[in-house]
Amino acid sequence: MTHSTPHKISDTPAISCRNISKSYGKVNALHDITFDVQQGEIFGVIGPDGAGKSTLFRILTTLLLPDTGDATVEGFDVVKEYKKIRKIVGYMPGKFSLYQDLTVEENLRIFATLFNTTIEENYHLVKDIYSQIEPFKTRRAGALSGGMKQKLALSCALIHKPSILFLDEPTTGIDPVSRKELWEMLRKLKSQGITIIVSTPYMDEASLCDRIALIQNGSFLRIDTPDNIVKSFGNRLISVRGENMGELLKRLREIPGVISCFAFGDSHHVAAEKSSNQLNSLTADTLAENLKKQGYTNLEVKNIEPGIEDCFMELTAK
Amino acid sequence: MLKYLLEKEFKQFFRSRALPKMAVIMPFMAMLIFPLAANFEIKNINLAVVDNDKSVTSVKLVNKITSGGYFRLAESAATYGDAMRGVELNRSDIILEIPSNFERDLKREGEAKLFIAANAVSQTKGGLGSAYLAGIIGDFNKSINTQLKDGAITISPRFWYNPRLLYTYFMVPALMVMVLAMVCGFLPALNIVGEKENGTIEQINVTPVNKLTFILSKLLPYWIIGFVVLTICFFVAWFAYGLVPAGSLATIYLFAALFVLSFSGFGLVISNYATTLQQAMFMMFFFLLTFIFMSGLYTPVANMPDWAQKLSIISPLKYIIIVLRQVYLKGSGFTDLLNSFWMLSAFAIFFNGWAVLSYRKKS
Repeated sequence: MTHSTPHKISDTPAISCRNISKSYGKVNALHDITFDVQQGEIFGVIGPDGAGKSTLFRILTTLLLPDTGDATVEGFDVVKEYKKIRKIVGYMPGKFSLYQDLTVEENLRIFATLFNTTIEENYHLVKDIYSQIEPFKTRRAGALSGGMKQKLALSCALIHKPSILFLDEPTTGIDPVSRKELWEMLRKLKSQGITIIVSTPYMDEASLCDRIALIQNGSFLRIDTPDNIVKSFGNRLISVRGENMGELLKRLREIPGVISCFAFGDSHHVAAEKSSNQLNSLTADTLAENLKKQGYTNLEVKNIEPGIEDCFMELTAK
Repeated sequence: MLKYLLEKEFKQFFRSRALPKMAVIMPFMAMLIFPLAANFEIKNINLAVVDNDKSVTSVKLVNKITSGGYFRLAESAATYGDAMRGVELNRSDIILEIPSNFERDLKREGEAKLFIAANAVSQTKGGLGSAYLAGIIGDFNKSINTQLKDGAITISPRFWYNPRLLYTYFMVPALMVMVLAMVCGFLPALNIVGEKENGTIEQINVTPVNKLTFILSKLLPYWIIGFVVLTICFFVAWFAYGLVPAGSLATIYLFAALFVLSFSGFGLVISNYATTLQQAMFMMFFFLLTFIFMSGLYTPVANMPDWAQKLSIISPLKYIIIVLRQVYLKGSGFTDLLNSFWMLSAFAIFFNGWAVLSYRKKS
């Protein structure tokens, strides 16, 4: 990296959040959130819609005041030093929020100007992304496709060379190819030393982050690397596929030794106790036998490795 | 920074399909069409006269009727039937039939009968026209009688500042205010709410641009456009009605600036409370209609019931309308308009203060 930003010299965490809470009237949007994001990592905030992801992002980008708790971004307090934070963060909201009646180039130029810089000065930062939409630079932003809009939004968020990038659900509503491209871009940005905090409702994107926080109903369930989270899955996981899946799900939940059972696409994932006692322990074989006795045929029962989503379900069940 | 934001606003303004056209068409509509459409006075009623008497008195009567400006002698028919055909062909609105012994009866018996027939298809022309006509004839009647009695007093009213009591002269200055209120009060507020609705305001909020710069970038273009539109209004009023302010234009511009400041503050208050364009529009119309009816634009404030007169102090429109009418028609100077000056200043402080406070509360 040829340019070095002064904020990066210290080893203060890029983001430090202590006991942040926020409620809208009676709705508790965030409850006692505490975490750190290290310099230069891709940190994923993963959880379903309405879990509080956007509220957290809006607090950290100084758009919203927390009710209680403290947070710093690059060492600056989000309440007292919000002006300093606004100079160094890039934010891409979940909803496309650029001027639809201005052209691609005009949008980029406005955001460059608002940060007292020019497109030319930081072109190297956005080159990979912007070059893909540059052929359409005289087109109005409103006339772009979803994927191209996202690229323009990312370019606008990057044009002032932020040291931290906040991406709120950047892959929601984007086709799989653009999604893949976006994650590749984030990898590249990381290699340039930019800290990235990204939220997503897609559990399969968790493995693309360095560390993740699983969020549900305004609380963090777990913060760790994706590998560690998967490893900590405490139960045996069995996948069951067969006919009449709806009724099968109910029946599975009644079998002793089954801790939980959820529908995952075309199969059911059964979490079973890993007991040292062989008699009580439920394995794929014993489960298949049990189901056959109950008259189920055409079954496909096998042991599987847990994914992030299984861990999320396990954590929410607690 | 402000320069680029202004450039962006102007670009967006001129790029939108409707706004630039509206800005040009509005002053012309307001100046040329509205005063005519909102005109209650009657002029140029076409009169058909059937004069069976053809005496000095009857000619005098017809002259008196047609010299007032309300009636135009459309035709002199030989018979009532001919006159009626004129009404049917829409050539005339009212028929006045003078009987053959009109002068003789009047002199001999001090009494004579006239016949008035009005086309009631056009209610104002027919109804009000015949009432006017009866009035003029009544006047004429008196003037004949007073010739007989010496020293009788006749009242001749004189309408100061608007000698011909022209409704347009009364309306045009007030309509200029409406145009200014729309351009400088509504448009910036709707623009800000539009950015809220699109989410673009969030993107601006995370930049180092401070709030004041952002709001100025919203207000300044419409202030400029507002004053351009106001100036167009002055010219239109001059060319179309020969109406030029009796007082100084500088006074008008000064008060217009003060009004614009207070009314855009009002717009900002609304933009703070509305989250969607629909809400903003509804709030705007609610308050604007209240302000208009309380302002004396159509009905003089002095004609309102007591409670309404008291309520009319809440309408900033009232004060600026007073200023424009007085400067235009009466030639009032700044010192004559001090009351309006203080009231408009108070509104400017009140609305802008409220805008700042309500904004703080939300963030």
